[in-house]
Amino acid sequence: MRHKVAGWKLGRTTSHRRSLLRNLVTSLILEERVETTVPKAKAMRPQVEKMITLGKRGDLAARRQAHAYLMTSAAVDKLFDTIGPRFGDRNGGYLRIVRTGWQKGDGADKAFIELLGSEKVLDEKRQKRAETRAKRTAEAKKAMEEAEAPQAGAEEGGEEKK
Amino acid sequence: MPNPKRRHSKARTGSRRAHDSLKHHSLSECPNCHERKMPHRACPKCGYYKGREVLNVEEAS
Repeated sequence: MRHKVAGWKLGRTTSHRRSLLRNLVTSLILEERVETTVPKAKAMRPQVEKMITLGKRGDLAARRQAHAYLMTSAAVDKLFDTIGPRFGDRNGGYLRIVRTGWQKGDGADKAFIELLGSEKVLDEKRQKRAETRAKRTAEAKKAMEEAEAPQAGAEEGGEEKK
Repeated sequence: MPNPKRRHSKARTGSRRAHDSLKHHSLSECPNCHERKMPHRACPKCGYYKGREVLNVEEAS
């Protein structure tokens, strides 16, 4: 009896669910980590694993099958060039789901799902983001100072202008 | 139409609800920052789970 193994419907029609999962899988392959709800993470897991299996096969037919599912060719390239070889010696279980808490508003159980061995990539991404943020802050500060300087010379209320 | 035969007292309502109270979550201790956190979840205070930083808490806030 294969009772209770229907999977996840996610309250969506078939086409809506298929699109959602394709988008999630494509994003995960490109970004290495995706934050979503626990049911969505669990629903996308088998699809991602199937894609990685295709990536490990690496032949033209597999590439075409991946193209048929994934949304962008950049994702297919990454899947076959970096992710497939990375999981060469592992049979399944390529993903990690860690629960992070609850969503404000509807209380949905949130989690992130990531590819194993993505720590380095994610750290690099995080550092890059911090650098960009620091740069932007410095630029904004400079622009503010520049805007203030001539104003202060002309009138007394230089602080009011941004 | 059926109607209630007797007045429903506050005590009757209250005693029915005696077992309806919510239970506290059983929290566990974060091995990294020793805050109380939900089990099987990344620590919301320090962002650690299973001995590694999984979330950047400062960045998120």
